[in-house]
Amino acid sequence: MNKRTKSAIVYTLLILGSIIMIFPFIWMVSTSLKTPLEVYSLNIIPDNPTFENYRRIFQDTLFGKWFINSLIIAIVTTISVAFFDTLVGYIIAKYKFIGKTIIFIAILSTLMVPTEMLIIPWYLMSSEFGWTDNYWGLLFPGLMTGFGVFLMKQFMESIPDDLLDAARIDGLGEFKIFMKIAIPQVWPAISALCIFTFLSNWNAFLWPLIVIESPEIFTLPVGLSFFASGEFESRWELIMAGATITALPLILVFFLLQRHIIKGITLTGMK
Amino acid sequence: MAEQSYETNQPLQPKPKPKKRKPRLTLNQSKYLFVYACLLVPLLFYITIRFIPTLYTFNIGFREWNILSPEQPFIGFENYVALAQDPVFRKSLINTFIFIFFGVLGQVVIGLGVALLLQRINKFVGVFRVIYFIPYVTSIVAVSWVFRWLFMNNGFVNEMLVNLGLPAQLFLNSPNQAIYIIIATMVWQALGFQMVIFLAGLENIPKTFYEAAEVDGANSWQKFKSVTFPLLNPTIVFSVVIGSINFIQVSFTQVVNMSVDSAGGPLQSTLTIVVYIYQLAFRQFSMGMASAATVILFLIVLTITIIQMKVLSKKFDY
Repeated sequence: MNKRTKSAIVYTLLILGSIIMIFPFIWMVSTSLKTPLEVYSLNIIPDNPTFENYRRIFQDTLFGKWFINSLIIAIVTTISVAFFDTLVGYIIAKYKFIGKTIIFIAILSTLMVPTEMLIIPWYLMSSEFGWTDNYWGLLFPGLMTGFGVFLMKQFMESIPDDLLDAARIDGLGEFKIFMKIAIPQVWPAISALCIFTFLSNWNAFLWPLIVIESPEIFTLPVGLSFFASGEFESRWELIMAGATITALPLILVFFLLQRHIIKGITLTGMK
Repeated sequence: MAEQSYETNQPLQPKPKPKKRKPRLTLNQSKYLFVYACLLVPLLFYITIRFIPTLYTFNIGFREWNILSPEQPFIGFENYVALAQDPVFRKSLINTFIFIFFGVLGQVVIGLGVALLLQRINKFVGVFRVIYFIPYVTSIVAVSWVFRWLFMNNGFVNEMLVNLGLPAQLFLNSPNQAIYIIIATMVWQALGFQMVIFLAGLENIPKTFYEAAEVDGANSWQKFKSVTFPLLNPTIVFSVVIGSINFIQVSFTQVVNMSVDSAGGPLQSTLTIVVYIYQLAFRQFSMGMASAATVILFLIVLTITIIQMKVLSKKFDY
């Protein structure tokens, strides 16, 4: 085999693979634009494309509300994780104090406990304190993560102490040093952490399913799941419109930030 | 002169604000104050939201604990005995291992394969990388329903099979096929992540090793076997561990959304341990037995993590 046929084979394999990766999305969008009559045909481009399914979803169901709920939960959690995990990582990396090793090991050990192990006590706790069926109930388990603390500690350690001491001599307070000197040094790691946190909260399913009962407070994944297996079972054109609304924002964000995201995964994966 | 003008100017200037003089902290004191002030909220969080619940789970696991009954008597290991005797639990355990084994194998092999192919081309690398990565960054529930639709009785895949003159398949309705359809969906969604990790790992292999192998007359397969694979080993181990833990936890979302009865069907053929725990705790309300099952899940994850630390802490010499 000469070089040209070889590279032709490589490209063909990659293109075939790409079709498998992309096709489900095309099929999803295509079905969502079809009328109920056409939904079982194999046309990729609908004969009579219509936005009727989207109109119905936003008017007759709570998808709009679920979308906003998901957005609020994901954004608030991401801000909290980014702030607290970075701060704790910084303190553990850059200060000497009594109890430091114990605190770090304790936080690390939470990484070994799967979330599934905590849901029953969380649930009992939430029922006790009235946290079920509200935003706080959805939010509280994810406000800080052991992973983020570990990640940020690794990156904070690379900041030279001299830099921080120079700021101290200039009279900057400790918190200002953290905000103005430390954070800009590890910005790529923080943005990677934000992306991971946002993604995993946008996808969270088990806990929201347990803690929320009123449809008004559902997040998108729970809402879509109930929608698709309940009243609208087998209305595939509507289910696919719902799936598109759930899946597309993430894909758009990914296109905007793809360089950061791929770099972030490489960065954190290799640490 | 200068001094004089300074003195005469003095009364004209606004008086310096009378500083609320805190007793001046030394640098070390202010550092300590900062450290403990910042750690207060996080420590409170970790203690109340992580540690106490973890310990509490062990406690619940040793009790007969039903939400509806007022008393929760201590019964020792009875929940664990009951689990060991429950064929459904055993089934869920076996299924979980099938998920991990085939899922991780598929992810790693295909992810590595794509990475190796991408390494051989010069054009469009970025485009392909983005395409293979898209499924990883999108909603799991949405993807589950798209695949359910694709693999319906009269869905796209079956229509294609019939058009090709092949018999239609039951797919998600078949106790033999359903679990593999769900695994395939998960592999499809996660392989982009593995690809990125492998691409980074491949880039870290010094080019000189390949040049040396070429001088020795090695062909592509020999180069892969004696240069790429051994040097990529730590990356592969990392991927396998991350993949295993992900598969245990993520499988819940896929199984609930893709199994025909939303509960691990047909005939419990797709039931995983997390789905089992959910059913026990929130459908039958037996919190005691469900907690015992989560302790077993914890032990599995712990074992995997310890293996990870053992294997990853080995030093690899170039």
